[in-house]
Amino acid sequence: MPSIRNPKDFWAGVLFVAIGIATFAYAARYALGTAARMGPGYFPRILGLLLMVLGAIVALRALYVPGSRVPRFHWRPIVIVLGSVVLFGAIVQPLGVAVSTVILVVVASAASREFRPREALLSGIVLAALAVGVFVVGLSLQLPIWPGQP
Amino acid sequence: MELLSHLATGFGVALTAVNLMYALIGTLLGTLIGVLPGIGPVATIAMLLPTTYALEPVSALIMLAGIYYGAQYGGSTTAILVNMPGESSSVVTCLDGHQMARKGEAGAALAIAALGSFFAGSCATVLVAGVSLPLSALALKFGPAEYFSLMVLGLIGAVVLAQGSLVKAIAMIVLGLLLGIVGTDVNSGVERFTFGIPELSDGIGVVVVAMGLFGFAEIVLNLEATEKRDVIRTRIKGLWLTLSQIRQAAPAVLRGTALGSMLGVLPGGGAMLSSFASYSIEKKLAKDPSRFGRGAIEGVAGPESANNAGAQTSFIPLLTLGIPENAVMAMMIGAMTIHNIQPGPQVMTSNPQLFWGLIASMWVGNLMLVVLNLPLIGIWIRLLTVPYRLLYPAILLFCGIGVYTVNNTSFDLMQTAFFGAIGVLFAKLDCEPAPLLLGFVLGPMMEENLRRALLLSRGDPWVFATRPISAGLLAAAILLVLVITLPNIRRRREEAFQEA
Repeated sequence: MPSIRNPKDFWAGVLFVAIGIATFAYAARYALGTAARMGPGYFPRILGLLLMVLGAIVALRALYVPGSRVPRFHWRPIVIVLGSVVLFGAIVQPLGVAVSTVILVVVASAASREFRPREALLSGIVLAALAVGVFVVGLSLQLPIWPGQP
Repeated sequence: MELLSHLATGFGVALTAVNLMYALIGTLLGTLIGVLPGIGPVATIAMLLPTTYALEPVSALIMLAGIYYGAQYGGSTTAILVNMPGESSSVVTCLDGHQMARKGEAGAALAIAALGSFFAGSCATVLVAGVSLPLSALALKFGPAEYFSLMVLGLIGAVVLAQGSLVKAIAMIVLGLLLGIVGTDVNSGVERFTFGIPELSDGIGVVVVAMGLFGFAEIVLNLEATEKRDVIRTRIKGLWLTLSQIRQAAPAVLRGTALGSMLGVLPGGGAMLSSFASYSIEKKLAKDPSRFGRGAIEGVAGPESANNAGAQTSFIPLLTLGIPENAVMAMMIGAMTIHNIQPGPQVMTSNPQLFWGLIASMWVGNLMLVVLNLPLIGIWIRLLTVPYRLLYPAILLFCGIGVYTVNNTSFDLMQTAFFGAIGVLFAKLDCEPAPLLLGFVLGPMMEENLRRALLLSRGDPWVFATRPISAGLLAAAILLVLVITLPNIRRRREEAFQEA
């Protein structure tokens, strides 16, 4: 059993193969049709197969050609940055742009190593005013400004 | 002269007060966001796309094109002043541009970047106008088989000329194609890969994918590294060039323009490749190559002209064939589709106002960049001194509101966050997101043309090889793959990217 010499490529290949298999299996529920009259399942199956083949090439080659390791995942920015955006989406309708902006900015700022709570709050308030001014008043997007507005 | 009357139509559209204003807003916003670190043209366009929904299609495209040039230009400003490329196409500008700035010649570097870009942009605009007519006429003769093969060639070409592993890039395209077909199948009405989620029946939005992969992922990755910026704080005196500087730079501008115009048309070409190629050519042609990397003005003039020419001519395949050759053009396709314009050769005849208006506005946008941005440089510099810990929450906010207001649903933000996470994963695995975006916008078109071609041939797959144009296009695609796998050329390709 050869060892993994290029972890980046190896795991990328494995990922492609996995998605390929999943696609192929999931596409089985759609009618295949014939080449002349393709059903909705025809093209996805081709893509699934292609992905499996390409992924296998990438993963197998990673066993012979050396490469670099997969860098560490820094979970803090991933979770906080992406989470803050999802949170914003969830609260903007009930709470309005003004409050949601402050919350988004403060929460997102916590992802930085140089997080300063007071500075973040201040910047949140300034940005909230800007967001309301530009998007709600200026571009007249359909967004509530304050909590409880429709 | 047919061309002249078309251009007259175009300027008639581009020079209306409304469109001038949108070109202005576009270039300003584009520069503003291009100057900000860690947010490239794709994310910039994705972020600002929602602001164009309410506009007329012509105005929207003019504004988006302006955003693109602005972002491009903003990138070179940061490259020169902060030694930080705002976008990949200005990586090489850092090399000599920042050295010039350290020697106190920041003004000259900025001026030649702007003037070179303007010259290149003007030439490229004429080229776009001239080539579009015959190319569109040719493309109108294409049947579904030819279109399918053309897309294969376009996609393969796009990854062959790009950096990194070819097989991985092709796999990313396939993944993109797959994401592109999520939603209701137009032929059968069947909902594919929607997993019973009603919001997915219309498919995944291009803004969602681009913002996640290019915007959010970038922010997360930037936060991993500690910040280091080297802003030139001295006052920039004199944006004018000396006569000897002009004499040195002028041939480089000419060469850069020619090179960029040619490379821009190729799939996968565009701004980045052009600037890299121009830098290595200037270095090879120089009498004293050791000056490069120490503030040689040709090292700024050539690549900056080339990347602007390339940025411009990369509109040619988009406008005439409906094929995006890089991620930015994929965003433009997304924008056109949102405005119910099917990109392709028929745009020129069915919507001449839009087509020629956009071309004319390219020149207008370039002029605005020179006229407006040189005086505004002071503001851009001040923006650069804002620390990243204050910038990125603001960027997130604007991205968030942008995505949210597309459909007014929080589901879009969840999807974008999902693609952001995927983007981080891809970055860790060295998988380029640009091919995925290309595949994503071409997915539905590719399936449709494959279906039609095989329907017409009664299921015979040889139709792609027996129709001469289609066979030629496919042969070119295969040739490209073969050529790039030759060890010799592969090494040269890697060198070319490393050298710069």
